[in-house]
Amino acid sequence: MSDIVLKTENLTKHYGGVHALQEANFELRKGEHVAIMGDNGAGKSTFVRQITGVEQRTDGKIWFDGKEVNFAGPIEAREAGIETVFQNLALADDLDVPSNLFLGREKVLFNLGPFSILDRKAMRKATEAALVRTAVKIPNLSSTIRHMSGGQRQCVAIARTATFASKLIIMDEPTAALGVQETAQVENIIRTLKENGEPLILVSHNMRQVFDLVDRIVVFRRGRIVANLRKQDTDGNDIVAYITGAKTGQAELQAA
Amino acid sequence: MSQTSHGIGGLSYDAKKRPWPAEFNVFLALVILVAAFELVGRVFLGDSFLFNTRENVSGLFNEQRLQIIILQVSIVGIIAIGVTQVIICGGIDLSSGSIVGATAMIAMSFAQVATVNGNPNPKAMFIDYGWTDLPVIVPLLVAIGCGLIAGLINGLLIAYTRIPPFIATLGMMVTARGIAKWWSKGQPISFPTDSFAAIGKGLMPVVIFISLAILFQLILTYTKYGKHCYAIGSNEDAARMSGIKIANHKVLVYAIAGILASIAAVVLSSKNLTAQAGMGVMYELDAIAMAVIGGVSLSGGRGSIIGTVIGSLIFGVIISGFTFLRLDAYYQEMVKGVIIVGAVVLDQWRQRRRAIGA
Ligand SMILES: Nc1ncnc2c1ncn2[C@@H]1O[C@H](COP(=O)(O)OP(=O)(O)O)[C@@H](O)[C@H]1O
Ligand SMILES: [Mg+2]
Repeated sequence: MSDIVLKTENLTKHYGGVHALQEANFELRKGEHVAIMGDNGAGKSTFVRQITGVEQRTDGKIWFDGKEVNFAGPIEAREAGIETVFQNLALADDLDVPSNLFLGREKVLFNLGPFSILDRKAMRKATEAALVRTAVKIPNLSSTIRHMSGGQRQCVAIARTATFASKLIIMDEPTAALGVQETAQVENIIRTLKENGEPLILVSHNMRQVFDLVDRIVVFRRGRIVANLRKQDTDGNDIVAYITGAKTGQAELQAA
Repeated sequence: MSQTSHGIGGLSYDAKKRPWPAEFNVFLALVILVAAFELVGRVFLGDSFLFNTRENVSGLFNEQRLQIIILQVSIVGIIAIGVTQVIICGGIDLSSGSIVGATAMIAMSFAQVATVNGNPNPKAMFIDYGWTDLPVIVPLLVAIGCGLIAGLINGLLIAYTRIPPFIATLGMMVTARGIAKWWSKGQPISFPTDSFAAIGKGLMPVVIFISLAILFQLILTYTKYGKHCYAIGSNEDAARMSGIKIANHKVLVYAIAGILASIAAVVLSSKNLTAQAGMGVMYELDAIAMAVIGGVSLSGGRGSIIGTVIGSLIFGVIISGFTFLRLDAYYQEMVKGVIIVGAVVLDQWRQRRRAIGA
């Protein structure tokens, strides 16, 4: 039990009559990388939003880091140690890289309430460290991110999650809008996280990427978890069968 | 370190691509403008715009003209410091001119002397209560209180009712002007104490303007408040997701803008030794123009106080340049309109160019 980072029990979310998420039972262990796959509208982002406190669930329970949790908002979840790269990046274009990394949790030299003096040097240093840890290379930290490509911005958003001591990182379709090369960059960051033993939930549509990167694949279909398979026990055709509904396997769910 | 050199992120360092401060461009525009007036003056009037041409006066520059330029812009400039912060946050403040009017009236009524030339001050509003010859701190605090209340109302309306800043501050613009007229039933309020009159004497408006500009330039650059201004103006949703308390911040920004308008009111009424209900009419537009000319983007997230200060100088040089070229005051008004629209067009154009991908 102690090596379980995240666990959900019967996690359910209804939007009025839309049953976006139904009784999801999910577990993530220390150091484990798990992919969430499924068709558009299967409920993947909804699942992420319930865990990260962006929305309030209809029913079910969530345990995180050994405790049952009820996050009132995304900030509480973040303070508890869940760092999320949301599908929409949530970066400020006119700020530079360190300012984006520390947005809303700036390091300060003197505490003067809203007029607290920023510790710019410390934030710069921590930014450099985070970029090293994620192997993101951004030579000019002091330029605004407006001029960066989609991939570079995605790297900044991911480096943000690595800036703070987190216990779980969630990425919702981090490479959906990226080109081949940029996708490779993001995948390298994810490999670095794996080497560092940081647990990850990766929402992705990319079969090759999922088989390259993660330990376990969870498939969502119409708001339900329909498969939970270790990578070595399955293959692409199998997963596609679950995604499309050609195969429905409660048996495998019990086995895993 | 080897990890960084094999790192990813794919940016190759290019020293030429270092960000070029937008303020340089604005400063360049100022220099070009002064040079243009200098050239036109020399060619068509045989006179210099910038340099001293009078034999009986010493000095390289035409100090008198330079003083007039900076004195002219410093009072509206104080307002523009607040307006700049509001615009960086993605808002707009149309009420500052009216706040100047209302604050000038109310504050001046607490700054009056009891006797003028041995006779009771005919204009003293509160002479029956004995509220005359009060220490200067009283009208000052009254003024700041007025600006604070007006700014808080603006901020609370915008933050909590979610009405557009344009509408909220338009309401305040009309209301505050009404208060300015109602306060003394349209009568001017005059004869301030010497200590109140000292606030706006001589070059004091310039000193106050520059001090406040430096203070807020530092605040915007080095404090959390400043960082959050840019963040909110840049991407309000991202700022909210990052845990910034948007509503609190907006209330604070509009309150600061209100206080700065009230300081401008004190300086203006002190300088003129009188307060009138029509004081500060259209100042809000002049202040917005100074900010936009100075590179503050109306869509939020970009700009600086330094930019606005240079923008205010450009504004002053244009007005003064028209006087220098002996063009009618009517032209000045028309040109002001052109400058305001032109600055916004320029801002739009800059954004489009950025979107295409510089
Ligand atoms: N705020 C919402 N209100 C109503 N329905 C929603 C809302 N968010 C998501 N849904 C619905 O919930 C279902 C799951 O959506 P989502 O979790 O975004 O899917 P995925 O991320 O797997 O593509 C979809 O049918 C979607 O239309
Ligand atoms: Mg989604």
